[in-house]
Amino acid sequence: MTDLIINVTTRDGHARAIQGQEGRSLMETLRAGGIEEILALCGGCCSCATCHVYVDEEWASALPPLSEDEDDLLATSGAREANSRLSCQIPFGPALDGIAVTVAPED
Amino acid sequence: MRGRRDRQCDDHRGAPLSRFDVLIIGTGHAGVSAALHLRQAGFTGSIGLLGEETELPYERPPLSKEYLTGTRGREDFRFRPAALWAEKAVTLNQGERVEAVDPAARTATCVSGRTFSYGELVWTAGGRARRVPGAHAIRTLADVDALKAGLETAHRVLVIGGGWIGLEAAAATAKLGKEVVLHEREPRLLARCSGKALSDFLVAEHRRQGVEVRLGAEAPNAAEFDLVVAGIGIDPEAGPLLAAGAEGGDGVLVDECGRTSLPNIWAAGDVALHWNRFVPERPIRIESVQHANDQAASVAKAIAGEPKPYAAMPWFWSNQYDLKLQTVGLSHDHDEELVRGEPGSGRFSVLYRRRGRLIAIDCVNMVRDYVQGRALIERGGVVDAARLTDPDVPLKSLVE
Ligand SMILES: Cc1cc2nc3c(=O)[nH]c(=O)nc-3n(C[C@H](O)[C@H](O)[C@H](O)COP(=O)(O)OP(=O)(O)OC[C@H]3O[C@@H](n4cnc5c(N)ncnc54)[C@H](O)[C@@H]3O)c2cc1C
Ligand code: FES
Repeated sequence: MTDLIINVTTRDGHARAIQGQEGRSLMETLRAGGIEEILALCGGCCSCATCHVYVDEEWASALPPLSEDEDDLLATSGAREANSRLSCQIPFGPALDGIAVTVAPED
Repeated sequence: MRGRRDRQCDDHRGAPLSRFDVLIIGTGHAGVSAALHLRQAGFTGSIGLLGEETELPYERPPLSKEYLTGTRGREDFRFRPAALWAEKAVTLNQGERVEAVDPAARTATCVSGRTFSYGELVWTAGGRARRVPGAHAIRTLADVDALKAGLETAHRVLVIGGGWIGLEAAAATAKLGKEVVLHEREPRLLARCSGKALSDFLVAEHRRQGVEVRLGAEAPNAAEFDLVVAGIGIDPEAGPLLAAGAEGGDGVLVDECGRTSLPNIWAAGDVALHWNRFVPERPIRIESVQHANDQAASVAKAIAGEPKPYAAMPWFWSNQYDLKLQTVGLSHDHDEELVRGEPGSGRFSVLYRRRGRLIAIDCVNMVRDYVQGRALIERGGVVDAARLTDPDVPLKSLVE
């Protein structure tokens, strides 16, 4: 298995590279990688918005489109930006190798 | 001196005495949340996380959903990787069940005979599934492993209990191709926590999916089934605290920061009987991930010296078949139930009011109402029923 990498900036500004796992969501991969700020309370069913990240602009085109549900849920976050995504809604795989994300502030 | 040593030997049966500044009992949602929030709040003392299960801490919701159907494996819903506990300097003590707590000595004694002493004790022991003899329960990973093994050869399955767990179990087993009978003693589903519109919709949906739903009848003869599963609720695991004199009954009573009536003992999660700002009449227990996480966070902050009373908006979700069910607020003591949208379309919401005020919303495949309704409940004002039930009027436009 080739090594897939996710570059994560945590809330305190630390940059970390964690190993990506194909077939899991970006949220699951972040949690398995020890990014504890991703609470992901609802386990990825688009109910909690505690898996909110900012995805670096250059990766925008590689992402699946925002669904209506994801858009609605993100709209409740005071920290929403143009590049906001719910990491549980993004499947991770080789196409996202090297992706850079920042954990959004706590709401 | 000698007497003391003798007593120690006697108490601990040779095992080392372990002391933690904060000792957390229970490795579920609330226990894990308390440990991580303590560190996040800058707490630097020693933390022990102790529980009777031997599995690395895991989340329960997938047990009756994706884990039962096999779409998620057991490694897919651990709270955190094993290494994180060491990184956070949280000592995991697993396979130990606390049977007694001595608030004066500040000790917790386990069934194994080991005794732990503490500066502060956080009791997050959750609840124990009520058992039906001969039936499977769905509370722990071990329960569901046993259930899955039984399902391998079973064709005809009886699910007892039309609450959230029973409904999820029925949906999952039906999805696995079993012939399922769902039995609920009450005349409708979710009688304890939701209104009639949602019950009726779910009966129709489960029947459409091939589940035989039986309501308000005597439980069928279990002998007619290959396997029986019961989802009939839990009893809070508050025994040792109540025996030590804590206030409570159906759970242990806590204040807005999670303090019990015993010195240096806190509680959170399914076990905690508390005054919730959304239910003014009486203390309640809430069995949800949101509650376990947020209430435990309040406890952690108070212990770390930055008290922040627990006042979060309650929310809950469930998945059955392709249905995304979401609830925000608490519908306890509602005096009116309004339906927004057309249940037949598979996308609608049920709104609960008390004296004209919106207190909760159950949403079926309606994430928009779920997210927008939150602000409306939070605001607490009286909202006109006609506008609430007009699906063309977005709920957010009603927030002034
Ligand atoms: C199958 C299932 C599906 C669910 N689905 C949802 C859902 O979709 N959405 C939602 O919001 N909520 C759901 N819930 C509810 C949610 O999981 C609980 O509210 C939550 O787990 C409560 O957390 P807790 O930490 O209070 O208790 P628990 O998670 O029960 O953890 C308590 C732990 O303490 C241990 N323990 C108990 N007594 C002792 C003792 N004396 N000594 C040592 N250890 C002890 C137990 O073994 C357990 O590991 C579900 C629950 C179940 C069982
Ligand atoms: S994990 Fe809850 S919305 Fe992503």
